[in-house]
Amino acid sequence: MMVAVSLPYWELTIVKTVVVLAVIPAGALIFGYVFLLKIMAHMQSRMGPMESGGFHGWFQLIGDAIKFVQKEDIIPAEADARVFALAPLVVLMSTFLLYVVIPAGPRLVVQNLDVGIFYALGVSSLGVIGVLMAGWASANKYSLLGSLRAAGQLIAYELPLVLAVVGVVIQAQTMSLQGIVHAQGNGSIFGFSLVGNPFVLTQIVGFVIFLAAAQAELTQTPFDMPVAESELVAGYMTEYSGFRFLFFFMAEFGTAFALSAIAATLYLGGWYQPFFKTGIMADVLGPVVLAVKIMVIAFVIFWVRFTFPRFREDQLQGFAWKVLIPLSLVNIMVTAVFKVLL
Amino acid sequence: MPELPGLAKGLGVTFKTMINTWTKGAVTVQYPHEKEDLAPRTRGVIALKEENCTVCMLCARECPDWCIYIEGHKEKRPPRREGGKPRTVNALDRFDIDYALCMYCGICVEVCPFDALFWTPEYEYSESSIADLLHDKNRLGEWMVTVPDPPALEAGAVKKK
Repeated sequence: MMVAVSLPYWELTIVKTVVVLAVIPAGALIFGYVFLLKIMAHMQSRMGPMESGGFHGWFQLIGDAIKFVQKEDIIPAEADARVFALAPLVVLMSTFLLYVVIPAGPRLVVQNLDVGIFYALGVSSLGVIGVLMAGWASANKYSLLGSLRAAGQLIAYELPLVLAVVGVVIQAQTMSLQGIVHAQGNGSIFGFSLVGNPFVLTQIVGFVIFLAAAQAELTQTPFDMPVAESELVAGYMTEYSGFRFLFFFMAEFGTAFALSAIAATLYLGGWYQPFFKTGIMADVLGPVVLAVKIMVIAFVIFWVRFTFPRFREDQLQGFAWKVLIPLSLVNIMVTAVFKVLL
Repeated sequence: MPELPGLAKGLGVTFKTMINTWTKGAVTVQYPHEKEDLAPRTRGVIALKEENCTVCMLCARECPDWCIYIEGHKEKRPPRREGGKPRTVNALDRFDIDYALCMYCGICVEVCPFDALFWTPEYEYSESSIADLLHDKNRLGEWMVTVPDPPALEAGAVKKK
């Protein structure tokens, strides 16, 4: 990493871009394979794909991606072609931008912004615009209704997501994700400082709210009203085919990866491990530690996804506005009071 | 707001299933590599025992899908007694079942008065051309070796002589 740090700005930028460009499809593939294909199958007492690629169907998703790329790129005659073509890119862009602030080690971060978590939550809501663009430009009333359904949900669950994070920000006294990792790493539980003080202990309410809201942001069951794969067969993306559909798919799992990483950073201490605080070893171990925590968080998210049936639309909105938001406000208040008192 | 215990229980069910699948294997079967344990009287395909068939046409007439094609002709056989009239028997020329039409109701097997039709548990006879699903009497006869033995008689039942 010392080498990378001494590179000129533009070379460093290229390295960072290439890494992020590799991490997103890789993360999406790993999540898709491990959770969507294998864990889900096992939870339903199936084996999942076993043939393609030879070993436990590892090639399945890559084969699917190749299939999508081969397909014809259909744009409906009535559609607003330019907006229609742009929409999946906007959704994917919001996923890409999320990765800018996620730290994987003391120096392994694209850009350690002072307003890191604020920025992350800001760009994650860019996806809503892409969803609305997709629905509107499809020139299909069902797609439009689907996109409005999705936008209504994404906006409703943005609030508890932000409010849950406020508790962490108050406790860490910083919005920088690196700062939040350090705040957890340097903390101690009643003087016991080996594992630091992961905020999941003090912010358990916020953690649960964050996971629930993240679930909704990812439009996963039990909040998969916008997609409703089993009945409505997708809302805003009904008119999409080929690689544009693949973009939506990749954005969904790329965002799942990013939000799991953010949850791991905010609540589980991110890349922090108790042995190396700085130096080259922290940079080497950091991504591994973060990856393990991401898998743990993602397992919970997907476990819930594979277990529960879908909320009705009014239950879904009611759950956000009547349960999650008041609860997160109370959480903020309690956190603030303790911060002042202690 | 749904109550929590039910939600937790649901998570427990899926988790337990996942562990069971890992340790004990799935309830599904990796088909081309291993085969399912079929029930003893599985209805896979219908076999024809040609020598039992008397070309009575009952099966063809009862078939709801009209998927059985039978053709035959009459033959003279020597009389049973000296100076008697020659016997007439039906000889089977054609016996086809079109499995593209068959709905596996089994009525033909039920109505056959001479036990010429049998269910067998074989199911691997898919074809890439629909016309190849028409099995002629030789093909139907080949299935006979796969017909399972009839179930054992109940205790106290008298075997027919």
